Amino acid sequence: MRRPPGRVPDPGRGPRRALDHGPWFLVLPALIPILVLSVGPLLHGILLAFTDAQSGRTGPTRWIGTLNFRDLLHDTLFWESFRIGLVWAVGVTVPQFLLALGLALLLAQDLKLRWLARALAIVPWAMPEVVVGIMWRLVYNPDAGVLNETLRDIGLGGDRDWLSGLATALPAVIVVGVWAGMPQTTVALLAGLQNTPRELHEAAAVDGAGAWRRFRTVTWPAIRPVALAVTALNLIWNFNSFALVYVLTSGGPGGRTRLPMLFAYEEAFRYGQFGYAAAMGCVMVAAVSVLLAVFLVGRLRGGDGT
Amino acid sequence: MRTSKGARAGQYAALLAYLVFLAFPFLWLVSTAFKPPRELAGLRPTWIPEDPTLANFRQAFDEQPLLQAALNSLLAALCAALVAVVVATPAAYAMARHRTALARAASGWVVVSQAFPFVLLIIPLFLVLKNLRLIDSVPGLVMVYVVWALPFALWMLTGYVRAVPAELEEAAAVDGAGRLRILVSVTAPLLAPGIVATALFAFITAWNEFFFALVLLKTPEKQTLPVVLTHFIGAEGVADLGPLAAAAFLATLPSLAVFAIIQRRITGGMLAGAVKS
Repeated sequence: MRRPPGRVPDPGRGPRRALDHGPWFLVLPALIPILVLSVGPLLHGILLAFTDAQSGRTGPTRWIGTLNFRDLLHDTLFWESFRIGLVWAVGVTVPQFLLALGLALLLAQDLKLRWLARALAIVPWAMPEVVVGIMWRLVYNPDAGVLNETLRDIGLGGDRDWLSGLATALPAVIVVGVWAGMPQTTVALLAGLQNTPRELHEAAAVDGAGAWRRFRTVTWPAIRPVALAVTALNLIWNFNSFALVYVLTSGGPGGRTRLPMLFAYEEAFRYGQFGYAAAMGCVMVAAVSVLLAVFLVGRLRGGDGT
Repeated sequence: MRTSKGARAGQYAALLAYLVFLAFPFLWLVSTAFKPPRELAGLRPTWIPEDPTLANFRQAFDEQPLLQAALNSLLAALCAALVAVVVATPAAYAMARHRTALARAASGWVVVSQAFPFVLLIIPLFLVLKNLRLIDSVPGLVMVYVVWALPFALWMLTGYVRAVPAELEEAAAVDGAGRLRILVSVTAPLLAPGIVATALFAFITAWNEFFFALVLLKTPEKQTLPVVLTHFIGAEGVADLGPLAAAAFLATLPSLAVFAIIQRRITGGMLAGAVKS
């Protein structure tokens, strides 16, 4: 490489060069497994969507073009599960965000029980999703569950089978989703709040700005990048979630809680339709990409300097 | 900041409501785990077992290979955490210190990889692992877990590296140390707490993971704890509540313990990664 003329090697140069030669060999150990076990399978998965791949197939797998996607277009059950996935994702993410925001604002105050809240917040976060599902099955249990028992105590009936009722199943699992993800969102927002310059808050208070004005003009701008990031990621994670609902209802009753991942899982590993399930995965990626684009654009716009 | 008495009371009421919402399912789980069958079948479920018993725990171990499952989980999670950290630390270092196209691509991938529906990954992985005869084996699962844990490990570690002042490394370079030397003897010790936190986080994620384990492990003796837990729920969704609660409670303890130790570091690392990268 040609160097700009007249540039004299300065004393800092030698050592700097020791730190400057390419970081390739440091990245390779991570890059290779990612390429082999993540990027590769992803591309392979997309290719599979255009084949008639099945498990236990004796003949060769054939390329069938967009046939899977055309079938998928007419698969009303899949679109129903897609719709349920959207309802679930929004139904969990929005209340979760609002509750977490409220809670983060609370925990930023000097309250006495705040250590307990922080300590307890670890529980849903650290629990295996399977255990969260099992736990809530115990809560919702029609006979021995605490929910019905409490409702009986306050005279509000209390004989419902929450997870098997056609009308109650989806709301019931949404509550669990909110419970399970709230701490993580809260902690993220709380950390965002800690970036809020305190002086600004006080100055605004001195100027006579009410709580709402202070929130809008001082707090919100400070936490906006974090809020945007967690909301986008939560929407995506929830849309793709599996374990929680698998344990709670297995998609029942009558498919009322069958999220797209549960549908695709059954299609692939119960019925062996690998190609068709991969096509479902592709449609899900497309849906999620829209969200991701919103997130990235938002980050580019509001991200610099934060 | 001045807050009126009424507002304070409102704040405490809200906090209390949150604490109840957060705590009651867990307390119910614990309570159920210690109840004898008679109380579980009773028409009036109680919060505190009148006649607490450990029988549910014994029965849980009798019904399912819990100990074996816990060992499988432990092995998978330990290996995954170890490999993930060893592989991710140098990469995170390079990504944090050099804003090259590669580093940008890698951190872009970290974000994008959070968005995949796992079904799109697991079908090809299932086919490949089947060809390699690694289905139904912990090593196969570890391979998947490592890659699954890598993005987050990279993310967290990148944040930690940024927190180490580059001047220290430059000073070592002036003294003639090479890059690897600097990484090992200057940066790594300063990173140690972050590396430990990342490893423990990878451990918990693998310990808790369900979907890949469900698909890849078929023999009961090879399965991990979360998969074995679902066997307590019968085919018809009818479960023996006591042993179910007991086993679920036990499976949570390691994660809770580890998480309690590193919780602060995790949130710090995650946010450093999220906000700055």
